[in-house]
Parts: sequence; structure tokens; C-alpha cells
Amino acid sequence: MQEILLVKTGEIALKGLNRATFENMLIKNIRWRLKKSGEFNIHRAQSTIYIEPKSSDADLDDAVERLKKVFGISLFSRALSTEKDIEIIKKDTIEYVKDDLMGAKTFKVKAKRADKSFPLNSPQLQAELGGALLEAYPHLKVDVHNPEVTVTVEVRDYAAYVYAEAIKGAGGMPVGSSGKAMVLISGGIDSPVAAYLMAKRGLELHAVHFVSPPYTSDRALQKVEDLCQKVSEYSGRIHFYCVEFTEIQEAIKNHCQEELFTIIMRRLMMEIAIKLAKENNISALVTGESLGQVASQTIGAIVATDNVSDMPVFRPLIGLDKDDIVKIARKIDTFETSILPYEDCCTVFTPKHPKTKPDLQKVIDDQNSFDFAPLVEKAVKNVKMKQIQSND
Amino acid sequence: MEIYLDNCATTKVCEEAIRASVYAMSEQYANPSSLHKKGFEAEKLITDAKRVFANALSCDEREIYFTSCATESNNMSIIGTAFAKKRVGNKIITTQIEHPSVLQAVKYLETQGFEVVTIKPGKDGSFNAEDFYDATDDKTILVSTMLVNNEVGLILPVDEIGKAVKRKTPDVIYHVDAVQAFGKLPIKLKNSPIDLLSASGHKTYAPKGIGLIYIKKGVRLTPLLYGGGQQKGIRPGTESVPLICAFAAAVESIDIKENLEHYNMLKNYLISRLSEIEEVSVNSNENCVPYIVNISVKGVRSEVNLHFLEQYGIFVSSGSACAKGEKSYVLKALGCNDKQIDTALRISFSKDTQKSDIDELVDRLKLGIKTLIKLK
Repeated sequence: MQEILLVKTGEIALKGLNRATFENMLIKNIRWRLKKSGEFNIHRAQSTIYIEPKSSDADLDDAVERLKKVFGISLFSRALSTEKDIEIIKKDTIEYVKDDLMGAKTFKVKAKRADKSFPLNSPQLQAELGGALLEAYPHLKVDVHNPEVTVTVEVRDYAAYVYAEAIKGAGGMPVGSSGKAMVLISGGIDSPVAAYLMAKRGLELHAVHFVSPPYTSDRALQKVEDLCQKVSEYSGRIHFYCVEFTEIQEAIKNHCQEELFTIIMRRLMMEIAIKLAKENNISALVTGESLGQVASQTIGAIVATDNVSDMPVFRPLIGLDKDDIVKIARKIDTFETSILPYEDCCTVFTPKHPKTKPDLQKVIDDQNSFDFAPLVEKAVKNVKMKQIQSND
Repeated sequence: MEIYLDNCATTKVCEEAIRASVYAMSEQYANPSSLHKKGFEAEKLITDAKRVFANALSCDEREIYFTSCATESNNMSIIGTAFAKKRVGNKIITTQIEHPSVLQAVKYLETQGFEVVTIKPGKDGSFNAEDFYDATDDKTILVSTMLVNNEVGLILPVDEIGKAVKRKTPDVIYHVDAVQAFGKLPIKLKNSPIDLLSASGHKTYAPKGIGLIYIKKGVRLTPLLYGGGQQKGIRPGTESVPLICAFAAAVESIDIKENLEHYNMLKNYLISRLSEIEEVSVNSNENCVPYIVNISVKGVRSEVNLHFLEQYGIFVSSGSACAKGEKSYVLKALGCNDKQIDTALRISFSKDTQKSDIDELVDRLKLGIKTLIKLK
């Protein structure tokens, strides 16, 4: 019995003439992601992507787990591929859906006949197969409105496919289909979630992180790399830029007003991120800000930081409550790592009373009291770059 | 000459494990919880080790916790689950042929008001998942079975048992004692019904004093120990970095597939040679693993036979080493008569066991029968 995976794309299907480009990108991503599950033939036909194992070595369980994390897939199913002959379909289906039906009380059969040369039409196929299943599993009852299990049979060009469960995909758009973005990642709960959400909209991720040794430790850096690794299970490989920020932070402390420390620091981080983005043909920034969450995320503070940016800054969390963000963090399994208690660059030199309604001109004037440009140049020049990807 | 055929009691520590532990003791000796760099490096060794086990078990590395031995892992699983779920129910299901670290733990729980049901094997010694399904009800909080029995090597259908009990009571926790299987049979935890799994270092060529427990994400245990919050507070106490490294190095060096072929060859050879001896009957059947062979030698009591063989440098076991001297309840459960139980020997192989070792064993068994039966 040959098992395959059938993938239904979500909104890609609505992309008109560009659809093939999107689908090919998705296939490329799937191919890359399934590398460690074994060898597969992957092709598309009739708005479905077919993933067929090349040999019995291919691990379908593993492939299913991996597919759940590929953006651009709305639904997929693990299906039996069988001959387009009603008797064979009946025989194989009875065997294939045994586990699903044994534990259920009600079911229905749904048939889709894409190949119109198949002698039975959809309602006839439903009736035939439903009857055979009822005979084989007499404890079952048919319930067409609210069945516990729906057995779907699709008769297509090359074969008939049977499955009992459709698995929800990750949704969104194929990573890379929307271009590249630079995420400012700190090690907290929010920025990995922001990165995940923007990857879901098809962005290839680059991430910049600021370290301030000796105020911050190797463990704190490891934590951020671990977070990126978790996100990369969804986004694919992340290009990670590590910027040494100690000198700049010390300069802020020595030359600027205490109540503006955090805002000036964030402006300088943005400046560095933009420089790195431009060097790498990246066209947008992503941050994990949520309006009003802390002093540096008020409208005034966002005006002051956006002032240094001449590229769009995506803030996918801007309208979310902390609870909503935590829910997503738990779902993508970054939460437990995020709450490890290490000092990060944002907790060093925090002012006692940060300005919540800063005046943009005053911020600019205060920042201009010291020439940060050489330090910014130096930080950009000394950036350490590495690739982070999921190792399993 | 030394022929060690008691590898299910413990194994000789392999070179890789020795090297890894010496490195951890002499170079990376810091406390893995220390905030400084040296502490971080020691912590990284533990993280790397977890990755090895996550790979070997096909699970997430954060689902691996280290203990001092499998007895602790079993106690933690059983008592920890019972206390964590006592508001939900009080029924625990296990089998008649478990290791004492399971049976004694559930016996303790019986004194604390828990109800314990022990499932018996069928006449042929095998277990039927439907028996577990029937025994499970909505008060059942835990099912605990071994994967491979330690005395005869019987393999239990854990996947089917787990699926069956969860079909009846989805929230039931399923614990598997995999001490005699880990590192010897392939185990895949991803998508399996197993929630908790115990394994031991010294059965897989690592030193004694290290065990592990797999805790599926989302499964809660009440800790047995309280302390400094290491291992998320589930099993506090400073992690033994040298033993953890040794355990990981040993497991990493094992080639399960290759070893299984070797064990199969040895078992077939041993059984064909034993057929030369009329007095010997084999208690391990085709449902048993290839690295454990339990036999009975008619007319020669186990312990006498064991001491006879040791004169020639051959080390085997009478039953399991953990149940010193007591009559085997496992063989009894599997349908052996008293005479067979009194004369049982357990022969267990390692990856280094040779064909010539088996020849020597069979020759000495023959000699033993000749001399010892005379003395009867």
C-alpha cells in the first residue's frame, strides 16, 4: 500500500498569473524542509502538491511533523494512493482507515471525482464506499452533518487517494515570496513572535541582536540563538547578525540625559539595523513592539525611533495584548526559552523614570550632544554573522 | 580468561564513555549552574548530551531529564504521576513481570490509598493490549509496563498497549521502563503513546550512577526531590556532568542495527549448540530479544551452576541480579514450573561477546551437568 502526502495551498491559489511562481517557491521550501525525512518526488498538478516517498526509507511521520511548520500550506493529508478501480478502492480503504474508524461511532464518506472518465459519479462513489465501510465496521453509523470521521476519496488523473484526516497547515505565504526583512531580536518573548508572524507572511528572515559584554553574558547570546533556531523551524534558515554594543551604551550613559537613555539607544539600534539591512539588500525592519507595553513603546517613543528609519518598520504585535503574544510564543515553543533570566542589552542602564512622551526635537538635540557616528560605523564593521537553522 | 555473559545486569564501560567522563572531570569541572563562562561550558556539555538522547529516542531535547539510576526514573515516573494526578483518580495498572523498582513503588502507593491492578501474561507468556484496555477506566491515572523483560527478554507490545488504554481514557499517563531495551532496540517516541520512559546508563556501556527519564512535553510530575531548581525543578540537584557525558558518549557509539545482527547470530548459535544437551530447555521464546537467553538445566540448581561456571571465568546470572536469591516471579508468571525456575540461568550478550565465548560456555555446561548431577 503506497502512502503519499497531498498538500493544499491556501491563498496562493488566488494569485492569478503569479500562482506558478508561488507554488514553485513553496515546493522548493518543502523540498528543503523534508530533506531529513528521506527522498520524495514532489510535483504539482490540479492545484495540489503531491509528495510521494521514493522508497520505504522515507519517514512519513517525520515529514508530517515538518510540513505542519511550512508556511503557504493551508491543509494537507496523509493519503493512501490506490488504483482507480472501485473494488480495489473499497478493499484498500477498509484496511487503511481501520484505526480511525475503530475508535469512532459516526462517519461519512466524501467523494471528489476530478477525473470525469471514472465510471461512478461522486454521489455513487460515496454510496458504494460508505456501504462497504458500514459492512466492514458494523458498529458505525452514518452522520452526514456532524461525523466524527470523514473519509475522503479523491479520484484524480493518475490514481485515487483516500484519507480520513485533513491536517491543518501553518497557513500564510511561502517564505521568501515577500522578500527579506531584518528583525531586531532581543531575547524577550515578543521579538521571536514578531519574527514568526512576518515569516508567515512570506518574508525571509535576517535577525540582528545587540550584545553588551561584560554586562551581558554568553548565555544570553546562546538564548537568542536558541530562539532563532526555534523560529527557523518555521521560517527556514535565519541570517543572524551579532553587534557589539557596549561602547555605544557607555557613551549614551556618559553623554545623554538619563530619562532618554532607552529612546536614544533604540534609535541607534535602528540606525545600525538599517545600515546592515542596506548592505544586504533587505527592504524592511521588523520589531516586536506592542503599543503602550513599556515606556519605549508609546506613540511618542515610536515617533522618535521611526524618525531615524527611511525603510518600513513592520510591527506585527502592535495591537496585541501580552496574553495573545504569550499564546503564540507557547505555540511556536519559544516561551520557555524567552523567560530564562539573563541580563540582556535592554536591561543594562535602564533609567529610573523613562520619558513616556518624549519630544522628538529634544531627543535629537540630546543625541547630537555626542558624535555617535564613528561608534556606529565601528559596530557595523565588526558585526559577526552566522546562519542559524534547525538542527533536527 | 574471563567470559562475561551477564550484560543485562551491567556492562563493561566503553572507552568512549571513559574518555568523555575524564574530560568532564579534569577539564570541564565547573558547576553547570554557575553563571560564569566555565559554568556555561559545562552546561553546554549537558545540552550536547541531551541532543544525543533526543536523537536516539527521536524526541525533543527538552524532554530529557537525568537521574541517578533507572530505579529513580521509575520511582519518579510512578510516584510523581500518582501524586500529580491524585485528584483525577487513584487506579494504577501494571504487569506481573515488572522490575522491583516498579512493583515496590506501586506497592508503596497501595499503602497511600491507590488501587493497583496487575495484568498477567497469557499462557504463551505474551501480553495482549486488549487486557489493558479492559482494565482501564475513568479512574485510571497511570499505566506502567516494561518494554523488554529483564529475566527472559520478552518484548511487550508497548505501542499497542499505549494506544489501547488511551483509546479508553485519553488522559491516562503511560510509563515505559525501557532499561533493557534502550541502546539495544530502536525506540521512536515521536507520535508514540508513551508519556514517560526510563533508561539506565550502565546497561549501555556507561558507568553506574546515571539514568534518564523522558517526560513528554506537557506531562506533569510531582518531584520526589526539592532543591536548587536544576532541570526545571523536576529533578533538582547538581547534574553529574561526567556521568552524563559518559552516558551520551556510550550511546552515541552504539550501532543498534549492527549489534542486533550480531546478537541474532549469537542467539541462534547458542540455541543450536544447546540442543546438543538433553538436560537444557530454553525459556526465552521467539517473542524475546536476541540478547537475552534464559535456560533451565534439569537437575542442576541455578546458584550451583552459576558458581560452577565462575570457576572457569564464565559469569552468568540466575534470574536477575536485582532480585538476589529470590524465586523468580517472572518465570512463574510466564508459566515455568518450580523445577524450571530453580534451575534457570540467564545468559545475556554484549556487543563484544564472541562465538568462541559460547563454545566455552556450552562445553562447561556439559561438564557441569556431568559432575554436578552426580553430586545430587
